[in-house]
Amino acid sequence: MADIAQTAPQSGPAHRRRPLPLRLVLSGTWLLVVLICAVFAPFIAPHDPLAQDLLLERLPPFWMAGSEPGYYLGTDGLGRDVLSRIIYGARIALTVAFVAATAACVIGSALGLIAGYYRGFVDQIVSRIVDIWMSFPPVLFAILLVAVIGTGLHSVILAIIVIDWIRFCRVVRAETFVQVKLDYVDSARVAGFSRLTILIREVFPNTLPTIVALLSLEMGIAVIVEAILSFVNLSISTDDPTWGGMIAEGRTIIYFAWWVLVFPLIALFLTVLAFGQFGEGLKDRFDPVLQ
Amino acid sequence: MMADAFLDIADLSIVLRSDRAHRLLRSVDLHVNPGEVRGLVGESGAGKSMIGKTIFDILPRAVEAVEGAVTLGGTDLLALSSNARRREIAAAAALIPQDPLTALNPVRRIEGQITDRLTAILGFSKKAARDRALTLLEEVHINDPERVLRSYPHQLSGGMRQRVLIAAAFAAEPKLIVADEPTTALDVTVQKQILRLIAEMQAHHGTALLFVTHDLGVVAKICQNVTVLFGGKVVEDTDVKGLFAHPAHPYTAALINATPRYDRPDQSLLPVPADVIEATRAEIAKADAEWLSQRGQTLKAAS
Ligand SMILES: Nc1ncnc2c1ncn2[C@@H]1O[C@H](COP(=O)(O)OP(=O)(O)OP(=O)(O)O)[C@@H](O)[C@H]1O
Ligand SMILES: [Mg+2]
Repeated sequence: MADIAQTAPQSGPAHRRRPLPLRLVLSGTWLLVVLICAVFAPFIAPHDPLAQDLLLERLPPFWMAGSEPGYYLGTDGLGRDVLSRIIYGARIALTVAFVAATAACVIGSALGLIAGYYRGFVDQIVSRIVDIWMSFPPVLFAILLVAVIGTGLHSVILAIIVIDWIRFCRVVRAETFVQVKLDYVDSARVAGFSRLTILIREVFPNTLPTIVALLSLEMGIAVIVEAILSFVNLSISTDDPTWGGMIAEGRTIIYFAWWVLVFPLIALFLTVLAFGQFGEGLKDRFDPVLQ
Repeated sequence: MMADAFLDIADLSIVLRSDRAHRLLRSVDLHVNPGEVRGLVGESGAGKSMIGKTIFDILPRAVEAVEGAVTLGGTDLLALSSNARRREIAAAAALIPQDPLTALNPVRRIEGQITDRLTAILGFSKKAARDRALTLLEEVHINDPERVLRSYPHQLSGGMRQRVLIAAAFAAEPKLIVADEPTTALDVTVQKQILRLIAEMQAHHGTALLFVTHDLGVVAKICQNVTVLFGGKVVEDTDVKGLFAHPAHPYTAALINATPRYDRPDQSLLPVPADVIEATRAEIAKADAEWLSQRGQTLKAAS
């Protein structure tokens, strides 16, 4: 974009490069940190996340009396290092976020575009399916699904895709409705393009800012859903460190060792918040219509 | 005269799908000869844009053409498959839209939006299409055409965008251009320039022009002939001199009295009298009743 910004004709409004909005910077930084933790967990984590040491159980975080050097955020009821488990937990959280959200996005957006653009019969079918899906409470739906198809990372991802594609479908369909009414679509038809070409080349790029914002938000949602499923013990095995699993364990010993619950909760909260803010920030920054 | 018209709309009726007895266009006849500049005048909601949309096959879903023929350069458009129709239309005619803000795709550069038709329909190479686009931008008096080609629509002013759309409309040397109130959305100072530009481009290219407006003053300036529309019905179809000298329909006469005259600046303006409007409405209602009595059975059954 840089070269256009500088050579843009003077007649239009000013096009100097705007500074990146603060929320984009903050949320992007946090997400980058989480990503680095996930990818390089073995090098970053100070301890083996599975190593138990009953002599070191329920150590408090470093600033409290009774802490041990090297166990910065303390240990849990089995003497496992909380920080290391959070760092490893980022792996599962991000895997679920990327895979599940992307798949839900592709499926939902494609159906939303088609339904919103061609209307009629296709739209009828898609809309009815969406209506039916909407009548299930999503978290209960996820728990039921995983209970039926079995626990494990694959099931969690599949459950999120099956449930959350409608989120994309509804929003993209509505956005497509709006776009189709704009004159540029008529211009393209007058210029002789087929309806399919217009959908792909003219309408779809205009829905991208919305799709990207929603994708980021959905990644946050996927992180929460994974945490919830881990919390109720329906995700991967309890030994493997997941944020939801840690929160569940921490809950039982909250009065003796609050840090086991609080730190993964903070990690979860910040990550979900960052995904949402990052998406909104991207939309504001790169939607040409808003510029 | 009818035989060699380039655009020939005959007996066109458009109805609402939800109420097929409700006509938005009422047996409209309209023709534009090669190189002719014809004004299409009517108040807001008269159906001017509907006529344009019928020509380009972009009618909204809520409406439907139930009767009539649209012939473009001797080809009966309604007889063609929709694919053949859109190619035929794209090669023969172009539209200058009302609102330059929304008529350009915000996420595509100007270059593609001018050259689309050249590369996709006429088989120009990318290079040739680009050269043609540069020439066109110079013709519409854009100073820095190279830059404009690389720009996105939001980087241009309203007047510049309308110039770009005019350039795009003339790109494939169409035989007919429909300009749907091309200056309404613009600043008053820019309106005159754009109007002059369209007239200039039309003269230069010899294109037939159907100029939609609600301003008889503009019609007097640039058109040879004029069609006046009221409530979706043609009430007057004449040459511009005849229109001002001896309007055939009372509504047209009233409309002329409601328009500022450059040749008679001291003349006071009169609003269109209510009884003229009432009489014209009654005339339309009568025509509708006749039309319905002929086709009522089938239409009512469907609605
Ligand atoms: N999508 C639609 N569905 C139903 N009716 C419509 C639709 N679009 C337009 N109409 C109706 O068709 C009639 C003609 O509309 P049209 O847009 O052709 O008017 P116009 O003469 O171009 O007016 P303007 O000067 O305001 O552009 C109006 O009465 C309008 O209410
Ligand atoms: Mg109109």
